[in-house]
Amino acid sequence: MITSALQNIGARALGVFESFGSASIFFAKIIAAVPRALTRPRLIVKEIYSVGVLSLTIIVVSGLFVGMVLGLQGYVTLVDFGAEESLGVVVAMTLVRELGPVVTALLFAGRAGSALAAEIGLMKATEQLSSMEMMAVDPIRRIITPRFIGGFISVPLLTAIFTAVGILGGRFVGVGMLGIDEGSYWSQMQANVDLIDDVANGMIKGVVFAVACVWIALYKGYSAIPTAEGISLATTHTVVNSALAVLGLDFVLTALMFGDL
Amino acid sequence: MTTRFIEIMVGLFVVLGFLALFMLAMKVSNLSRLTDNDGYEVTAYFENIGGLKVRSPVTVSGVRVGQITSIVYDADRYEARVVMRIQEEHNYFPIDTTASIYTAGLLGEQYIALEPGAEDDVLTSGDTIEFTQSALVLEEIIGKIVVKLTSG
Repeated sequence: MITSALQNIGARALGVFESFGSASIFFAKIIAAVPRALTRPRLIVKEIYSVGVLSLTIIVVSGLFVGMVLGLQGYVTLVDFGAEESLGVVVAMTLVRELGPVVTALLFAGRAGSALAAEIGLMKATEQLSSMEMMAVDPIRRIITPRFIGGFISVPLLTAIFTAVGILGGRFVGVGMLGIDEGSYWSQMQANVDLIDDVANGMIKGVVFAVACVWIALYKGYSAIPTAEGISLATTHTVVNSALAVLGLDFVLTALMFGDL
Repeated sequence: MTTRFIEIMVGLFVVLGFLALFMLAMKVSNLSRLTDNDGYEVTAYFENIGGLKVRSPVTVSGVRVGQITSIVYDADRYEARVVMRIQEEHNYFPIDTTASIYTAGLLGEQYIALEPGAEDDVLTSGDTIEFTQSALVLEEIIGKIVVKLTSG
């Protein structure tokens, strides 16, 4: 009884290690294929279109509303202390440091990551990947790596757009609707947000999340069980694992960048 | 969906992304204030700096002229040694200028306010401000008031 329970735990642990190992090998293969993939920029442009440009609507709309909510909530709290002039700092710091990179990555995982996993899983199920191999075309180089580069370029840009739109949304609520002075909204922000400490670190987060989300999506699609059920499982795992990875990595990165741990 | 259309949209997307980055750099962060790096450094010693921090502003009559670059404790003088960098164009402060630590608003951040003196010689790089006024610590003031009330 106890031994079989232990065996279960052991088998599960080995399974986790195995998938980590094969995901790492997969990642190394992608990285090795990057220089070759860069010689065919057309493929990358197409991927930037499908994962970046098509995600733009949800990123802009979410950014606007997140910024507006931050403006409203920040105002309601700050006005009790007579510090509503600091609204710009609150909105900008929250978006630049945390919400911008994290929410963008979560939305990206839901909007583009799941699509990547389903697309590649279906290619595998319909044996498109293996027929490519038959024609001596490396699917990693032709299919996987352009998508990786596309996501790697898109997510940081989406993060910047999300953050900028959010700050404008906060301005719309704070200055436009609640009547905070426009000058103090921006000047307090400029006095407290640092280009390197805050903006650059936020962008680094965006890059890290980009790698994590795209890697998980591509790996889940590539290793999907080639059945309808397997593909649905792969898309589900992509979104769940991406969200967990983003939130976990965010804590680690925040501790490294802003905390004195 | 032609290749041309896709490429135009990607081009727009990339331009938009960089515009957003540009806005974050220029309008949101303190890039316009990084020019504080050219200027001259003067030192001041304070008994108590309160909540003063590195990068806190240095002002004259409320106008920002520089920022704090370092705060260390000087074991020889038993005082806090505050180094501030003042912008190059503000090179007219007399050597008997007073540096005081004030608080912006009731709960705001602390900053150094300079009050120019009357001497002809001006502060240059490496000089020390002799006249300083430490930060007001609320507990000290309350303590003094309590002592005054109970002794009188």
